Amino acid sequence: MTTVSPRLGALARHHPWVVFCCRRAVRLTVSLCVVVTASFAMIRLVPGDPVRAALGVDAPPDLVAAKRRQLGLDHGLPEQYRQYLRQLAHGDLGVSLVTGEPVADLVRARLPATLLLAVLAFACVLVVALPGGLLAALWTRGGRRPRSELAFTATTAVLAGTPDFVLAAGLTAGLAVALRLFPVAGDIGPQSYVLPVLALAVAPTAVLLRIVRVETLKVLATDQLRAARAKRLPARTLWLRHVAPHTLTASLTLAGNLLPALIAGTVLVEKVFAWPGIGSAMAQSVAAQDYAVVEASVLVLGSAVLVVNFLVDLALALLDPRSVIRRT
Amino acid sequence: MVLSSLSPSASRAAPGRTRASRPGWASPMGVITLAMLGSLAVLAVAGALSWGRAADRPDPSAVLRGPTADHLLGTDHLGRDLLARLLSATWLSLLPAVAATLLGAAAGITLGALTAVVGGRARRLLGALINLLLAFPALLVAMFFAALFGAGAGGAVGALAVACAPGFARITQTLAAQVAGTDFMAAARVLGLRRHRLLLRHVLPHIAEPLMLSTTVAAGSALVALSGLSFLGLGVQPPSYDWGLLLSQGLDRVYTEPLPAVAPGIAIVYAAVAFQLLGEVLAGAAGRRTRPHPEEEPGARPARAGRPASADHVLEVEDLRVVLPTTDGVIRPVRGVTLALRRGEMVGLVGESGSGKSLTALALADLLPDGARATWATHRFLGADAESSSRKERRGRLATGMAMIFQNPASAFNPSLRIGTQMTEAVRAHRGTPRAEAVEQALVQLRRVALPGGRRLLRSRPFQLSGGQRQRVAIAAASMMRPDLVIADEPTTALDVTVQRQIMELLRRVRRDDATAILFISHDIALVADACDRVLVMYGGTVVENLPARELAVGARHPYTRMLVASVPDLAADRDRPLPTIEGGPPDPFGAAPGCAFHDRCPHRLDRCAVESPVLSPLGPGHEVACWGPLPSAPRPGRNETEEAEK
Repeated sequence: MTTVSPRLGALARHHPWVVFCCRRAVRLTVSLCVVVTASFAMIRLVPGDPVRAALGVDAPPDLVAAKRRQLGLDHGLPEQYRQYLRQLAHGDLGVSLVTGEPVADLVRARLPATLLLAVLAFACVLVVALPGGLLAALWTRGGRRPRSELAFTATTAVLAGTPDFVLAAGLTAGLAVALRLFPVAGDIGPQSYVLPVLALAVAPTAVLLRIVRVETLKVLATDQLRAARAKRLPARTLWLRHVAPHTLTASLTLAGNLLPALIAGTVLVEKVFAWPGIGSAMAQSVAAQDYAVVEASVLVLGSAVLVVNFLVDLALALLDPRSVIRRT
Repeated sequence: MVLSSLSPSASRAAPGRTRASRPGWASPMGVITLAMLGSLAVLAVAGALSWGRAADRPDPSAVLRGPTADHLLGTDHLGRDLLARLLSATWLSLLPAVAATLLGAAAGITLGALTAVVGGRARRLLGALINLLLAFPALLVAMFFAALFGAGAGGAVGALAVACAPGFARITQTLAAQVAGTDFMAAARVLGLRRHRLLLRHVLPHIAEPLMLSTTVAAGSALVALSGLSFLGLGVQPPSYDWGLLLSQGLDRVYTEPLPAVAPGIAIVYAAVAFQLLGEVLAGAAGRRTRPHPEEEPGARPARAGRPASADHVLEVEDLRVVLPTTDGVIRPVRGVTLALRRGEMVGLVGESGSGKSLTALALADLLPDGARATWATHRFLGADAESSSRKERRGRLATGMAMIFQNPASAFNPSLRIGTQMTEAVRAHRGTPRAEAVEQALVQLRRVALPGGRRLLRSRPFQLSGGQRQRVAIAAASMMRPDLVIADEPTTALDVTVQRQIMELLRRVRRDDATAILFISHDIALVADACDRVLVMYGGTVVENLPARELAVGARHPYTRMLVASVPDLAADRDRPLPTIEGGPPDPFGAAPGCAFHDRCPHRLDRCAVESPVLSPLGPGHEVACWGPLPSAPRPGRNETEEAEK
C-alpha cells in the first residue's frame, strides 16, 4: 500500500515496526467488525422466518412470538445491533433456537477440540512438507530424474485435488471400517485423532510440498548460491546453511495462507468423523436450521481465522523483517 | 483442497511447474486431460438422459442393498440404483460449479480491473476491500452465504460466486497493475481515452490468458466446494441430488457398506483432477513459448591436441566448448577457447557482452548452470587432467586451488549469514581449520584489503556493507585459501570508478603476495591493458588474439582487437570526430556457419574468411592470433598512444 501523507511516510521510515503493527491492528479490527456484523445480520437476513423454521411449522404462534422476543427480534435493527454488541461484550452468544441452551457454553465446550485438530494438522503439514519439498528439489533439480519429477508432480496434483471431506470418507471406509485400524468417529483417545488430522493435512501438505520445491529451485538459481557453490562446501552445509533458510521464509509465508483454509476445512471433516468440535456443531445446526448456533459458529471460526492471519503476519515480520515490513 | 484452492490466487501459487513438468496438448498429460474432460462432458450430457429414469425408479424389494450384479454400487434407502444416480448426477455436479465460477470470475475480474483505471484514492479503497474479503477462507464465506441465500442449488451457486470473486479480483488487480505500469497505458491515458475503453481495449486483452487459466483451476475447486456444501446440506436439496449429497447419504451407512460413500468421492476427485490437469496443460501451452528446447547436441570433440603438461602452468585448457539449450534451440556461447595461465600471472579476458567470457569462466570453475554442458580437448588444473582424476579429487583441487570473485557483490553473499561465517566456512570445511584460527585468518585478510572494523565487521551481515566494501570482503574471502588461481568475473563493473581503482590495486597485491594467477574478465579493454600481463581477446565464443598487454595499443594484429582498441577514447582523442565504433552486431549465437565469426563485420576480410575458420596460431613471442590475414604492426608513431594506454 502506498503511503498516504509525507508525515506518515517519515514515520514509516523511522519506526517501521510501529507503523506495521498499527496497520495490521487496524486491519484486524476492521475485519473483526465485518465478521461481527455479518454474524449479526445472518439471522435477520435469512429468507423466511428462522424462528418458525427452527421450531417447526406446527409450533404455536405464541411460542414463536415469545422466542422472537427472547432473541430481541421484535426491536428496530439499530437497537438490536446495540443489544447484540452488548451481549457479545459479555461473552453472551444467545441461546440455541432448538435446544434453548446458551450458545456460549456450546462454543466453550467444543472450540478446543477444533483448535487442537487444526493445530495438529498444521504441524503435520509443516513437518512433512518443509523437508519433503527441499528433498524433492534436491532430487529433481536442473531436470535431473525427470521420471521422479513427473511422479512427484502427478502425486501431489492428485493429493492436492482430493477434497478433505472426500478423503475423510475414504479413510473412514478403508482404515476404520474395512481394516478396523482406527476408531470410526468421535474423540475416544489419541488414536482417534489420526484419521481427522490425516484428512485435513494431506491436501495442504501436497500444496506446500510443491511450493517448497519451487521455492527451493528458485533459490538454487540465485547468484549467491552460485557464489556459495564456488566454495565447494560439503553438500550438507550447502543445503542446510545456504539453501534451507531462504526456502523456509518464502514457504512459511505461503504456508501461513493455508492455515485459515485449514480451519474452515474442519467443518466438513468434523461432520464426517462426528468430531465434538465447533465445525460439526455448525454442520448439525445448518441441518436443523438453528441459526443462532450457525451465526455463533461463523463468528468464532471467522474470528479465529482473522486472529491466526494476524499472528502469522507478525511471525513472518519477525522472521524476515526487511521484506515484510517494507511491504506492510 | 476445497479449502485453499477456492480462491484462485492460492491455486496459482500452488502448482510447481518447471520446465520438465510443463505439458502441452500433444503430451501424454494433454491426452489424459482431454480424455478425462471428454468423458465428463459425455456423462454430463448423456448421464441424465440414459440413466435418469433408472436413477429415480424406486424398488421397495431391493432397499439398501450392497453391490450386486444388477446394482454395481448397490441401492439406496428407496431401492434406487446408486450407479445410475451417480452417473446421472454428473451434470448437476458440473453445471452449477461452472456457473458459479463464471459468475464469480465476472464479478471479481470487474472489481479487480477497475483498480487499474480508477484514480489513486479509489484504487486504495478497492485494494483494501479486496484485502479484507480475502482474509476469510472462501469455504467459510460460501457457507455463510449459502445459509443466507437459503439451502438449494441456486443459493449455493450464488454463495460460491461471492466466495470466489475476491480471489479473481486479487489476481486481476495484480495483473492489471503490471499492465497499468506499461508505456502503452501511459500513452493511452495521455491520448485521453475513456476509462471503460481503457479497460476493454487495453487492460483486459493483455491479461486474458492468465485469467482464463485461473478460471479453469477455480472451476475445479468450485466443483469440490459445491459438493462440500451439498454434503453439509446447504447445496442441492433432495429429491434432487449431486455427488456431494450422494456422498453424504453414503456416509450415513459407511459402517455397513463403504462403496456408496467411496464412489461419489472418487467421482468428485476425478472431476477435480481433470480441471486441475486442464489448468496445468493450459499453463504449459502458455509457457511453451518461453520453454527451452530439450534437444541435445552432440558436442564436437576434436582429437586431443596433446600438449605436454607444464609445471609452470596453473591452468591449461584447449578447445573448451559450452553448449546451452534455450527456447529457440541450442546455442554455443563458447566455441573452442584455448588458454593457459602461469603461476602469478594476471591475464585479462576481454570481449563484448555475449562473447562467452563469463561462461568460459564458469566452465573453468565447473559451475555451469544446469543444462549447460562443457567439452574440451585438454583441461588441466594444477597439473592434473580433468579426465584422469575422480570427481571428488577434482572438487578438492578446485576447492583449495581456485577461488571466484563475481561481478555483483550485492548478490554474491548470502544475505542472512554473517560475513564471518561466509569468509571462514570454506577454509573450515576444506582445511579443517578450527573456528578461532579461521577467524584470525579472516582478520588478517580483512586488514590486507584495508577494511577496518575487524571482529565487528565479521559479525555484520552483507546488507550493512557498501558495494565496494562487499567486493573487498569477496577478495579477502577468496584469498583465505591462498588459492593458486583466482577467477575474477567483471569484479569492478558494478562499482564506481574510484572504488574500481582500489579493487584493481587489491587484486594486484593478491597476485604479488601469494603468487596467485588471476584470470581477470572484463569488457573494459583499457582497464585490462592497464592491469594485466597478458590479454586474451574473445569474439563469438573463441579467443581471437592472445598478446602481451603492453603490445595491445600498437601491436594488435587481429582486426577486431584493433577496432576494440580504437574505440577506447583517450585524452588525446579529437573531440570533434566521432569515436570509432564497430559496425554490425555480434555474431549469431546459434550459427554453426563456417568461417571466421567476425568476417561479416571485418573491413579486411578475405574470401577464405567466410568458408574456413582460422585457428589460433603463433605470430611472435607470446603472441597468437586467429586470423587469415593479420594486419601488419601499427607504425611506430603510435608510441605515444602506447604510453597513454599504459597509464
